[in-house]
Amino acid sequence: MTITIKKIQLHALVLLGTIALGACSTAPVLPEGEQPLEPRFDADRVLLETTQTPANAISDPWEGFNRSMYRFNYRFDKYLFLPVVNGYQAITPDFMEQGIHNFFRNLQDITTLINSILQLSPEKTANTVARLAINSTVGILGFINVAHNMPRSDEDFGQTLGHWGVGPGPYLVLPVLGPSSLRDGTGTLVDRVVFSEIRSKALNLETWQKLTWDTMNTIDTRAHVAFRYYETGSPFEYDWVRLLYSTKRQLDVER
Amino acid sequence: MKQGLLLLFAAVWMTVGQAATEPYGYPIDNKYQATVLGTPDKYRPDLPKSIPLKKRRITIFKDHKVPEALWYDKELRYFEVLQKEPAPLVFLIAGTGASYDGGKNINMARAFYQAGFNVVSISSPTYMNFVVAASSTGMPGDAYRDAEDSYRVMERIWGTLQNKIKVTDFFVTGYSLGGFNTAFVALLDEKRQVFNFKKALLINPPVSLYNSISLLDRMLENIPGGIDNFDRFYNRLVEQIGRVYTRADNLSLDDEFLYQAFSAVNPDNEELAALIGVSFRIASGNMAFTSDLMTNAGYIKPANMTFTKNTSPGKFQKVAYRLGFTDYFHADFYPYYKRRHPDITRRELADKMSLTTIEDYLKNSPKIEVMHNQDDIILEPGEIDFFRRVFGDRAKIYPKGGHCGNIGYRDNVDHMIKVFTQ
Repeated sequence: MTITIKKIQLHALVLLGTIALGACSTAPVLPEGEQPLEPRFDADRVLLETTQTPANAISDPWEGFNRSMYRFNYRFDKYLFLPVVNGYQAITPDFMEQGIHNFFRNLQDITTLINSILQLSPEKTANTVARLAINSTVGILGFINVAHNMPRSDEDFGQTLGHWGVGPGPYLVLPVLGPSSLRDGTGTLVDRVVFSEIRSKALNLETWQKLTWDTMNTIDTRAHVAFRYYETGSPFEYDWVRLLYSTKRQLDVER
Repeated sequence: MKQGLLLLFAAVWMTVGQAATEPYGYPIDNKYQATVLGTPDKYRPDLPKSIPLKKRRITIFKDHKVPEALWYDKELRYFEVLQKEPAPLVFLIAGTGASYDGGKNINMARAFYQAGFNVVSISSPTYMNFVVAASSTGMPGDAYRDAEDSYRVMERIWGTLQNKIKVTDFFVTGYSLGGFNTAFVALLDEKRQVFNFKKALLINPPVSLYNSISLLDRMLENIPGGIDNFDRFYNRLVEQIGRVYTRADNLSLDDEFLYQAFSAVNPDNEELAALIGVSFRIASGNMAFTSDLMTNAGYIKPANMTFTKNTSPGKFQKVAYRLGFTDYFHADFYPYYKRRHPDITRRELADKMSLTTIEDYLKNSPKIEVMHNQDDIILEPGEIDFFRRVFGDRAKIYPKGGHCGNIGYRDNVDHMIKVFTQ
């Protein structure tokens, strides 16, 4: 089993590497030997040299890789992820779907709790402990969100790093998970490893059980994100998503 | 004198009396606030939460060449909501730069579905996906051509439905630019007769397209220091939203948040106008750049330059959002049009894209109705009277609501349904 997983991981790495290497250039293409014809509104005439736009502040040195990954995510969404999510929603009664969602949201609070402590925030810690305690007991392992009126804020390790002054670093589009940054991507990885360590210590699960658990979690997460790739109606969608993601994370770190 | 007093008294009594029998309860008096905030939940009608809405894709042109950078937009997206029994069908056309599945169209679909209609919702001819997949020219903004493109889309979609459902009558409606499109689609239908629309309803349309786009372009002048300071404006906006967001206990960035942020930040009219200007500027930038990719007209992008799937738009994106609808009209749309109609002047072209050019049709066709607001911000002063004069009894003018702010309000929704059911 471990060997198979290692093999899959290796394949995935090779695939990612190929994508990354095969599509690095983000420059537009000109016929050989030609200079660009002057458009009616040339950037040099329209823009002041000093003009700043919000996007200027975001670092994206891996843009070629990121754009390829963005497209990969669209295809993954279209041909696998969304059909599975739709199938799941079609066969699961609404109350059960909500229950499963609550269950995973409640477990998310474990990550939030750890990070609230790491941020030395007594308020967030107290709120999260209270919510976890109530939902895990009265809410029957979290299936019912009894504490829905209590203050809630998701905290992850990316935010914790941000809280202690670590900047976001380069923008990064992760496979399947989508927009992230070097800091937040690292944070996601740390949170996942820590959570699965805790899960292994607390419960004695077979590999297939863990896989089922993680798959269900992933499907549930996608089911609750309304975003659809290439449906924003903007030829600059990649750039908008990068800006809005970065802004949102900045606010998340500040709160 | 006495008679005069009596008359005056009678007049006052009548206005008061009318006000008492017909109070208009839409809650937001300020036209900019109404435009931004729309209708708060408790002023909306009770509509079904879930309707059998199906998102679909359709190929409009079989051998259409789509530039590499827009590879994902070959098929046109739309949605349909179908009744099981024989029923009328209404086509919805979205507003400027808006998609078939925007909030306004979805809410209208819920209302019409509840009232027993089949619904088909399509994007605005200015929406990227439409420009790429369904525009015959790639150059949106021509009232007549856009109507032909929309009509073709409706025919194709109807082609997929006619063996599935039984339709009793056809209707068409749209808001904002979609209302304007509706008028020209109805006119085209008189000639083509595929649908023989029983009624067409225009919701908050412009009169003259050029007047309205000029007004919208100028709204950006409300950014302190002009558009060169957009960066500062954006950062201030984020900071203000952030202050609300970081203090709030329990919320995510959704509609509810908009109201909370609004009451906390309490923006003035200039800030709101700037915000409306920005939202239309995003629509115009998206549309113009898409059109430029489609036509290679050399408007923003050098005509001999190709964007690949991976091309970073960089400075071209900045230019696209720097230019407005009127720039598009003068430097892209007009030259394009003039090549085909060498004698036309700018003024004539601007005048042509107006409801006034089809005034006779609008005046004499009982099937066309309009809903509008006295304080709509996309109309020049006095333009609202065009609707009173031309449509007479078929115009319903509300005293407030800004631009489409009251489109989700109970009375307005009731009126839409009434127009199509009586």
